[in-house]
Amino acid sequence: MSTHTDSRQPLDPAKWYDLFSRGARDWLRHDEKVRDSVRRHLPQIVAGGDLITGGARTVRVPVKMLEHYHFRLRKAEESEGAGQGKVKPGDVFADPSQTESSGEKGPGGREEGEVQLLLEFKIDDIVDWLWEEMQLPNLKARVGPSEETEWVREGWDRRGARSRLDRRRSFKELVKRRGAPGAIPTFTDEDLRYRQLARRRQPAVRAAVFFLLDVSGSMSDRDRKLAKTFFFWTVQGLRREYRSLETIFVAHTTEAWEFPEPEFFQVSGSGGTVASTGFAKVSEIIHERYNPASCNVYLFYASDGDNSMSDSAEAREGLAAITADACFTGYVEVSLGLSRQLDTETGRLFAELGAAGGATGSYALNDFEDIWGAVRHFFSAESRAAEGA
Amino acid sequence: MSETVWQDYVERIEALAARSGLSFHPVEFEAVPDSFMMEIAVYGLPVRMPHWSFGVRYIYQLIQRHMGHSRLFEVVFPGNPGHAYLASGNGLAENVLVTAHVLGHADFSRNNMLFQRCQVQVSEHIVEHAASHARQIQQAIEAHGLERVEAVLDAALALEQHIDIDQSLRRSRYPEYAEPAKALADDQFRKRFAALEPPAGAAGPEAKKRAPVPPHPERDLLWFVAQYAPEMESWERDIFLAVREESFYFYPVFATQIMNEGWASYWHARLLREADFIPQQAYVDAIKCHSDVVRPVAADSQVALGLNPYHLGFCMWEKIVETQGLEAALAIRAQDDDFAFVRNHLTRELADDLELFRYSARDGQIRVLEPDLAALHEVILAPKYNFGAPTVMAQHVRADGTLELVHDHSLDGRGLDLERSRKVLDYLQRLWRRPVLLTTVNQAGLVLELSAP
Repeated sequence: MSTHTDSRQPLDPAKWYDLFSRGARDWLRHDEKVRDSVRRHLPQIVAGGDLITGGARTVRVPVKMLEHYHFRLRKAEESEGAGQGKVKPGDVFADPSQTESSGEKGPGGREEGEVQLLLEFKIDDIVDWLWEEMQLPNLKARVGPSEETEWVREGWDRRGARSRLDRRRSFKELVKRRGAPGAIPTFTDEDLRYRQLARRRQPAVRAAVFFLLDVSGSMSDRDRKLAKTFFFWTVQGLRREYRSLETIFVAHTTEAWEFPEPEFFQVSGSGGTVASTGFAKVSEIIHERYNPASCNVYLFYASDGDNSMSDSAEAREGLAAITADACFTGYVEVSLGLSRQLDTETGRLFAELGAAGGATGSYALNDFEDIWGAVRHFFSAESRAAEGA
Repeated sequence: MSETVWQDYVERIEALAARSGLSFHPVEFEAVPDSFMMEIAVYGLPVRMPHWSFGVRYIYQLIQRHMGHSRLFEVVFPGNPGHAYLASGNGLAENVLVTAHVLGHADFSRNNMLFQRCQVQVSEHIVEHAASHARQIQQAIEAHGLERVEAVLDAALALEQHIDIDQSLRRSRYPEYAEPAKALADDQFRKRFAALEPPAGAAGPEAKKRAPVPPHPERDLLWFVAQYAPEMESWERDIFLAVREESFYFYPVFATQIMNEGWASYWHARLLREADFIPQQAYVDAIKCHSDVVRPVAADSQVALGLNPYHLGFCMWEKIVETQGLEAALAIRAQDDDFAFVRNHLTRELADDLELFRYSARDGQIRVLEPDLAALHEVILAPKYNFGAPTVMAQHVRADGTLELVHDHSLDGRGLDLERSRKVLDYLQRLWRRPVLLTTVNQAGLVLELSAP
């Protein structure tokens, strides 16, 4: 008895099930729902991971299978059941459904084990989802020297590189020329059409984004990681959105240093907090390398807010200088679970600046689960509109 | 080759079964691939509506199969004619066994009264009905989109056990008006009272009183929602009723599992013994297969914390035929369901022979309890009450359309799992489109009201 059907013969209607699995169809739908729900909770799921150091391009998320809920009785503290085997009343043994070890030989289990799925997501995909509606605040098209040129398709030609042969178009030409049906078509050089590319100039939107991190002793490891994770997702998202984007990483304690990106995400420090050194370093770099007239400058500063009291005036000045040049300055206050809500030295500094009409925003980031809230706060069009109102 | 041999056996086994006292509608046999068998087990019907929850069961089934558990030999659907699907991977011996087994089921479903009653309701063509439901839902998906249809199925399938099998499948709505109070006996006093002048202002016929909805707590939630949801679309109601019809079909299968599987196993063993036309080797192979099917759960480990319904039912039927004779057995298979069957025919002696015991599980410890036959019956039957679901009833619909559900915790012994119940309320609320409340008790036994939204 064979289940294979010859393709030239009409399909035996009784064998339709060879072609189609309803179980697999419903399983795929389940999978889709899991992905959707993972996607909705993505910020929480991805935030805690060691992504920023690993360099891996995928994240694995363990998920449970979805449960279709029914009314069920609460689990009883004590339940009764019927079993079979040689036992005496009063015998006591361990409940195999409660013990982990499966290898041991004991009474057969009562409940089926739970299955976990391991879904793999590409970081690029995650960034795509997260950044669907995000954009840099206050971005202005500044036409400067770095105009971009882009190759665009434009028309067809009879000559061209082999790789740009347009098969569909060529075939149409063949059909047009051939006229009479039935003849075996053969291509001639006349039929071939090649896509043409044209260079088009485009005003570039340049942006330089500064990430300034306080790595002083008062920042705990967790605070630092929180800040870096926020920076990581911000960088990933901005790179996706903007092609000509320059990122500059600066860390400070009582001094400030510029770091290349990979080292920045490893950096830790100790000592006091003098925010003005960081601001000064940023200003210095802006003036050395970027012309604020032709480039959008952004600063994102992460700190626990405990700036040294004696630095107050200098920090205010330094920040004001940057704000004058920058399209936007953002302040992320990382604090371990304490919702001090920006009531800190640095927090007040940014609040003053905002009250004076500066383009600035602040966010108190208390938890890894809130990272996406922070990203949304700075980069979504709606939340900024609300803030501006 | 073996196909024709088997066809020949089928006819001879059928004749033998009929001679032995079984009566069944003709059965159409079809050999299908293992993958299809697995899907029938997952969906319960050969063609059934799509829903992601079946996908979850499908994966569990796949895992089970890969771990070497549970091989499926046959699935049979009652009806006239009945449909039996056999795994195309079955060997000849297995198919001989399975054929006899299927005839046992066919006899059971034709003669058991619970099956008969449900078949009168659902008709003898459940396989075709389920396929047409599947098509109806496919059309709904095309017309209204997957998301909306899925929301309806989420709710309807979550309530699939909540039907009232004692009511008709095609049940009409409650009477619109309350019955007028019954006239009292026409005694001397009433005559004289009626002869008095009518009091001023009491003129005109008494206004009819609207009956409350529901007039009594309603267990058939699928029906109730389909009939009385304030803002449901008609296609949504149809889906609820389609799910309900399939539940009516599944109920007897569920409520007679021990009897039905036991009966089929008893008959395949008996018919094989009596079928002298089967070659020796095929017989031995088939009997080997039989003992795999009816062995106790986890026979290789000494103690199992569960029962194999095939094994229990098979042993009970053997005992019944042995002690009471075939006539009595045929009457029992016609009249009982699992509740009556276990309570009446699982004797002390048999329970001891089979080494059945009762245990209590607490804090990760299993303690074997004192033997008590009545309590053992109830422990075996407990998961079967009310289609295996808690007793949740619709109690009242408020003037603003809010639905009040109530859980009868005194009947079930404890309150509901709150997390799951909330999710079910969420499913339901999306269809009811007004608030839905549910009263149950919490761990401390205090009354608790859940609500959605």
